[in-house]
Amino acid sequence: MPGREFEAMVEVDGERTVISLHGDINAGARERLERAYTEAERAKSDAVVLDFSDVDYINSTGIALIVGALARARAANLPVVAFGLNDHYRQIFQITRLSDFVGIYPDQATALQAAQAV
Amino acid sequence: MLVERGEPEEELRNVARRRWRRTPTTEETLPASIDVQAVDPVDIAPGDPLLAYLQEVARPVELQKVELESPALEEMLAAGVELAVPLVTQGELVGILNLGPRLSERDYSTDDRKLLDSLASQAAPAVRVAQLVREQELEAQNRERIAQELRVARLIQQTLLPKELPQLRGWTVEAFYQPAREVGGDFYDFIDLGDGRLGVVEGDVTDKGVPAAIVMATCRTMLRAAARRIDDPGRVLESVNDTLHIDIPPNMFVTCLYAVVDTVTGVIRYANAGHNLPYVRTENGVEELRATGMPLGLLPQMTYEVKEAKLAHGDTMLIHSDGVAEAHNPRGEMFGFGGLIGLMGTYGHADRLVERLMSELAEFTGPDWEQEDDVTLVVLRRSSSAQDASSTAPSQGLLAEFEVASVEGNEREAMDQVVAAVSKLGLTTAKLDRLKTAVSEATMNAIEHGNRNVAELPVVVTVAVDAGALRVKVSDQGGAEGDDYLDTETPDLDAKLDGLQSPRGWGLFLIENMVDELHETNRDGRHTIELIMYLEGDEHAGT
Repeated sequence: MPGREFEAMVEVDGERTVISLHGDINAGARERLERAYTEAERAKSDAVVLDFSDVDYINSTGIALIVGALARARAANLPVVAFGLNDHYRQIFQITRLSDFVGIYPDQATALQAAQAV
Repeated sequence: MLVERGEPEEELRNVARRRWRRTPTTEETLPASIDVQAVDPVDIAPGDPLLAYLQEVARPVELQKVELESPALEEMLAAGVELAVPLVTQGELVGILNLGPRLSERDYSTDDRKLLDSLASQAAPAVRVAQLVREQELEAQNRERIAQELRVARLIQQTLLPKELPQLRGWTVEAFYQPAREVGGDFYDFIDLGDGRLGVVEGDVTDKGVPAAIVMATCRTMLRAAARRIDDPGRVLESVNDTLHIDIPPNMFVTCLYAVVDTVTGVIRYANAGHNLPYVRTENGVEELRATGMPLGLLPQMTYEVKEAKLAHGDTMLIHSDGVAEAHNPRGEMFGFGGLIGLMGTYGHADRLVERLMSELAEFTGPDWEQEDDVTLVVLRRSSSAQDASSTAPSQGLLAEFEVASVEGNEREAMDQVVAAVSKLGLTTAKLDRLKTAVSEATMNAIEHGNRNVAELPVVVTVAVDAGALRVKVSDQGGAEGDDYLDTETPDLDAKLDGLQSPRGWGLFLIENMVDELHETNRDGRHTIELIMYLEGDEHAGT
């Protein structure tokens, strides 16, 4: 199975900005992910919501890209939540401690609710 | 200080002037025409009493007046030496300046002696320094020569040892070779003899370094040729011995165990040219396989006893070189054959014997073990049931072997091929996901770090099931011996988020958390990461 090219869509929903991630998060995702995050920053929302439901491959370079985005969010004091991660990547977020910095929720509704609350 | 130092120099110059004044005019103006006869160098034995005498006296000595029982003294007098000026520094004699008769045909004067004494006291430290520099140069050259020889010896051995282990239905074959620093002459070989028969060789050449490696290479070639020609293992050794003893350097010989294994019946016919006795572990305990014969290359026309043994299902045979039994612990005790037999008797059938043995050995010798000799192990294990042996299901052995080019993104292809190879094992989704991540990261590592993104260099992946575990090996061409780049230090997420550390560096940390065991080897110019996932048992905790 060949990999799927990464794409990211940014949607501003009131106080929150949702970034929907699609395809493989690997070295090839760098530019688009960074561009999407910059766009989300510009929206000056209160929180960023990452949607992983259409992602089925994240490698260590992808983890590094997510860490890079989180570092920017942390510097800007911008909360980040996520949903749609499968069991495997949820485990990886726990192993890497990314889940200490990103609230992980089972679906969009709970994630948006949580983002509203922060 | 200046004055103090100036005075002797001034005196020296005066002495020199006085001396020149006394020499004939022709010598002064035409020094090239002086009929100077060099005194022949004299070899002095280290224990000659003259040396102790000159060191003690430490000033110019008229040899005619010395009363000493000394061969060197006689030799020097015979060579025409009149005056010996010892060069002594820090109480140590570092040289002797030997002077023949004075050119003026007069005796050496008191002034002459003073001058020579002064010269000696100044020259001696300089000579000593020059000697030390020379010694260090020679030592450095010697070290480089030894290092170069070791590189050559290692290269020869690594080139000739089997690259792959035989894949035999119903059998597990393990082989292990760890050279000592000086590289001994151990070798092993597997020869496919057709009809389900396998020739197994383990040998040990006396001596070390390049000479041993060359004899090993020769012997291996002779064995291969003879084994394909002759069925009887004793006759094979006879043939090799007769050819080898003609050319082998004096004082060198080769111990060698040669066995022909019938992989269908389990019957092993073997002959032994003075090599360590192999052990067989059966359900009744551990037995030695004895067969007599002289080492190869010592004497012509030797005969070699042939014996037969049968490995039942579940039995294991171990062939081992001296490096194991003769390994010492810090208290100077040897691991011994008893240690080996004890270990053979207690290891579980699911274990890998080589791993178990090497870990026991490491525990015995301690971390600072300076390995004195090569360690070579060959293990043949017959599957525990006839059903295993005849089963066509891929429950044992090699499932897949493939290569991917070192191009970014090919880790995904490696991952997919491994997934296809393990499809019949019925792994849970969680295990399969972990395997996918581990394989992908290991392959990325091999592409980027090992093969440095050079597309032509392949990453070789093998997938095998053995002793209840899935074993995936990912090899690259990277790194010199000992250049391990596996570093599973936990990445510091806080530092990364604060921008104090690169956001990267997760690969090996991830792999370590995905599999049950992770091993790294760097051998024969090939760097390998082995990922082991137990097929049964608890799910990997992952944290």
